[in-house]
Order: sequence, then C-alpha cells, then structure tokens
Amino acid sequence: MVTENLPRKPDIAHVRKETGVIRESPGYRVFRVANAIVLLLVCAVTLYPFVNLVAKAFSSEGYIAAGEVNLLPRGFNLDTFRVVLGDDLFWTNYANTFLYTVVGTVIAMALTATYAYALSKPHLKGRKFFVGIAVFTMFFGGGLIPNYILIANTLGWRNSMWAVVVPGALSVFNLLVMKAFFENFPAELEEAAAIDGLTTYGVFLRIVLPLSKAVLATMTLFYAVGLWNSWFSAFLYMDDKSLFPVTVYLRNLIAAATGTQEIADAGQAAQVASNIQAVTMLLTVLPIICLYPFIQRYFVSGVMLGSVKG
Amino acid sequence: MTHSLEARGSEVRVPTPRAGRPPSRRDPRPRAKQTWRRAIARDWRLYTFLIVPLVFLLVFKYIPMLGNIIAFRRFRPGGSIFGDEWVGLYYFQAFATNQQFWKVFGNTVVLGGLTLLVTFPLPIVLALMLNELRSRRFKRIVQTISYLPHFMSIVIVAGLVLQLTALNGTVNQVVEAMGADPVPFMQRPEWFRTIYVSSEVWQTVGWGTILYLAALTTIDDQLYEAARVDGANRWKQTWHITLPGIRPTMMVLLILNIGSFMAVGFEKVLLLQNPLVYSTGDVIATYLYRVGIQSAQFSYGTAIGLFEAAIGLVLVLLANGLSRRMVGTSLW
Repeated sequence: MVTENLPRKPDIAHVRKETGVIRESPGYRVFRVANAIVLLLVCAVTLYPFVNLVAKAFSSEGYIAAGEVNLLPRGFNLDTFRVVLGDDLFWTNYANTFLYTVVGTVIAMALTATYAYALSKPHLKGRKFFVGIAVFTMFFGGGLIPNYILIANTLGWRNSMWAVVVPGALSVFNLLVMKAFFENFPAELEEAAAIDGLTTYGVFLRIVLPLSKAVLATMTLFYAVGLWNSWFSAFLYMDDKSLFPVTVYLRNLIAAATGTQEIADAGQAAQVASNIQAVTMLLTVLPIICLYPFIQRYFVSGVMLGSVKG
Repeated sequence: MTHSLEARGSEVRVPTPRAGRPPSRRDPRPRAKQTWRRAIARDWRLYTFLIVPLVFLLVFKYIPMLGNIIAFRRFRPGGSIFGDEWVGLYYFQAFATNQQFWKVFGNTVVLGGLTLLVTFPLPIVLALMLNELRSRRFKRIVQTISYLPHFMSIVIVAGLVLQLTALNGTVNQVVEAMGADPVPFMQRPEWFRTIYVSSEVWQTVGWGTILYLAALTTIDDQLYEAARVDGANRWKQTWHITLPGIRPTMMVLLILNIGSFMAVGFEKVLLLQNPLVYSTGDVIATYLYRVGIQSAQFSYGTAIGLFEAAIGLVLVLLANGLSRRMVGTSLW
C-alpha cells in the first residue's frame, strides 16, 4: 500500500517545475545543491570502511603497519588470501555458518508459517489468547542467565548446533507480518479448494504457501541474514572450535589482535593479524554484499508491512 | 490443483457457508455457545498447527521468564532451574550496595542517553533531505548505500571500527595530517563513547529512514498546495506540514527507543570494550555477562538483569503514557 505511493511525489514535483507555476527561490536552489553534496558525503562515509577493508585485504603488511593504506591497496598481493583460505578451521567454520543458517531458517520458517496461518483464521477459538502469549514475549522475557541455565544446563546443548539455531526460531515481528499477510489471503480460494476435497493441510501446503511466495521470501531473508550474522549464542554455548560459525572465528581473530598485550608495543605480529583480519572480514561479508542488491527491496517491503500492520 | 482452481470459477460467487459454522456472525449467541469441544472437533487440523510453536514458546520463552525467579532464590549448579532456597531480596541488596554496579549503571545511562540523543533525530533529518531530492535515481542510490551497514554482522562492524581507529588506521592518519600525535583510541576511556555512538550512527541511521520515508509519502499534497497559496516558503512547509505529518511515526519510534535505552547495544559494547576502557565503556549488560556467566554468579546476575528489564518496562510505559496525553500517539 505504501510502496505504491512512492513514485507519486517526485512526479508531481516534476509537473510543477514544467508548468512553471512555482518558481524556486535562489535560497532554495542553494539548499538543493548543499543537500546533494551532504548526501554524497553520507554515501562516501558509509562506503569508506568497506573500501578501506578491501584495500587492506590486498595490501602487504608493511604498508598497513606504516599506516599508508587508505583507499587503494599498496603493495598488491594475494598472499593473505592464501593464508586465510589455507586454514582448515576457516573452512570448517564457514561451512558451519552455512549449515546453521540453512537449518535455522528452515526451523524458523516452519514455526512461523504454521503459527501465523492458524492465527490468521478469525474463527479459531482461543485465537486472541494464542496471539497474546506470543506478543507478550516481545515486552518481557527471561534474561541472559535464565536462558543460559535452560540451554546449557537443563537441555545440555553446550557445543550443540541446536543452541544456535533453535532459541531464536520464532520472531514475533515476523509472525505478525506473516499473520497479516495470511489474513488478506482471499478466503474464496481456500474455500473452493476445501470444497474440492482438500483438508486444512492440503489447503495450506498446496494453495496458501505457493501463493504467498512474496512474504515467504521476505521472511526467509530476515531469518537467514540474522543467522548468518549471529555470533553471540555460538560464543556463549560453544567452546569446541570446530563447531564455531565464521563470525566467532572472526571475533577470536580480532580479540587476539587487539588484546591488551598489544598496548606495550604495536609489534609485527599484530600488524599481520590486521591484514588477515581484513581478508577474513571481507570473506565473511562477501555473500551478503553479493546478494544485497537483490534482497534489499524485500527487507524494505517487510519492514513497511510490519509497520503498517503492527 | 489445476482442477480445483478451474472449479473455483463456477463456485466462487456462491456464498458457501463452511461446515459447522454459525449461520450468521452478527448473532452473538451461537458463537458464545461454541464450546472448546466443538471448536476442536471442527478445527482440529488447524489446532495441530499450533502445537509445535506453542511448545517452543513455552520452553524457550516462558520457562526462562519464570527462571527469573532465581533472582530471589539461591541457584546451585546442578540444582533446580528455579533455584533451591528462598533468599528474598538478598541479591538485590548485594548489587545495590556494590559501588561497581552503580558505576556501570551510570555508564549505561550516559551511553544510552547519548545514543538516543544522536541516533533518534538523525534518521529524520536524513529522510527529510532524501525527500527534497528531485532525481529518483540519485535518491535510490543514496538509500541503497545508506542501508548497507544495517546488514552487517556486529562482529564485522566492531572489526571495522577497530581497524579504522587503530594506531595505523585511517582516523589516526587524519589526526597526524593535522599535525597531532596518533591516539590509541581504543585504549582511551574518554574516547569510548564517541566511538561507540559514531559506529551506531554509521550502522543505523540509513536504515532508520525507511519508516519516515514511508510516512512522508502519506502526507496529502493538497496541504502543500494550500500552504504555497498562503505564501509559505519551503522551510515553513517543512516545519508546519511535513514534521507534523510524520509526528506519529516519530513518537512511536521514540517510545521504542526509550524502551531499549537501558539495554544499549550489548553485543557491540562487548566486542568493542577492553579492560582499559571499562571506566566509561562497561555497561550493565556487559557487567552482568562478566559476573553472571564468566564468574557463574547466576542468581546475582539474574537480579541485575531483572532490575534492568524492569527499568526498561517502566520507561516504555512512562513514555507511552506521556505521548498519549501530550500528542495523542501511543503504542497501545
């Protein structure tokens, strides 16, 4: 609903300019130029850390240590990539991230879609209660420690994939967005399918899900990017290096390089690490940056859907 | 499947009451009479959809919620998840009389307050600036670029911050170019807040414009026409039409920001801090993590967590109530 309106305003501004009814004051013209310049600066500042990261990833240690790497690589080489890609642990952890993301997203989508679909039926008895107990968890929850005791002690999920993929499986925000979407699903379609002999399961799997690809894609991306980027639950519940996701691998690398021991002398070891850090960071964000141009609009529409309904 | 869709054409316009459904929704009595037994008999397949998510909510949300009780009961490792013996407010007194707690409490208020003060208004300004752009293409490019940091893992953001502020990083090159000595920023407590807030700005401001941009498109263009006829210039139009138009969005986001203000960016602070900057960079959440998880003082940590959550809840309720009274906008 909101997205449809987006093009309207610029079009009208354009018409105004053509008909010449409104003439720009000189002050406003100055403002527009300044505005454009400031926005260009915003873009530059936003992008700079990434540019710097790429430059460092391809530079040799000497130039980084001397503080001479900014926009462009100095002493171009690929040795650091060889070092990082030659580390078996990096590959193991990268594969873990991939596995956790896929498994976590599947679990989360299954929980969210089934719950949202049932809650979208106005005739479901107890519906308000079932919505309420989900929404309540948005405002109050167990703190860090009760969760830790449950997962690490009671369930015994220390060093287990489940500690990473299960606890965050039902996002209430995503649930409400999906519920709103299912509520707008044409009831005639479902009724017609029911008359043709499909059960609720059949209607859900063969009619509703195939026709809800837009919202399913958005929610999948929400969960997948969240899981790809997550590190804290793995950091909290795992101490077996071979189970870490790549974010924890990276975190440990950074922590090792910027520990307090570095304070005394910024020795060569730390500089090499900054080189390796850059490459590892680059490889970690690469899938997100590559997908970003395609997934961005799904996120924007998801957020707006949530804000309109929520 | 194709068959069912074709068949739909002939039947879709015919009102077909579902089996077992009360004939009229307006009449309250049949609905009121509807018992659980009948509801389950009719919708049992739908109820099976609820089972797994409900078990999930119970185990992963409600049991930890009840687990907060160990703030009042002594927890023994290996003992009950809900604690073993009642100790009342013992742990609350323990942290309330601990000077270090009040130190991190103060840090939290300052860091959260600064973050709120800086990162709340900036998305509004950026959205208004984007709104003045004529070129849709330029606008889209700026949006795409400024949303990007939102998609980065906090580990990446922390890594970028540490690299940029390192002794040989870009920030220090600027410092040196201006003739000053390089500063080991991440070892200087007086710089921690600036660095943290800057990284929050970098990561959140672009993404924060989305809801404002959506709100801006809903403002009626006739209002601007009328204002222009009355001789309002661009600035006056912004002040008298645009800002009031997005006020509900502003209020809702402000309330939400106030509610999360005590929680500050726990993960980011944890990644950025080191013992040298604890005097400004240690906040309640990170202190809780150290004493609660690393030193395994579970009950003590839970008491602190509960205190923090209670403050957050009170702040949301206060902000919500004030907003409802003063501008008529509220979350619920």
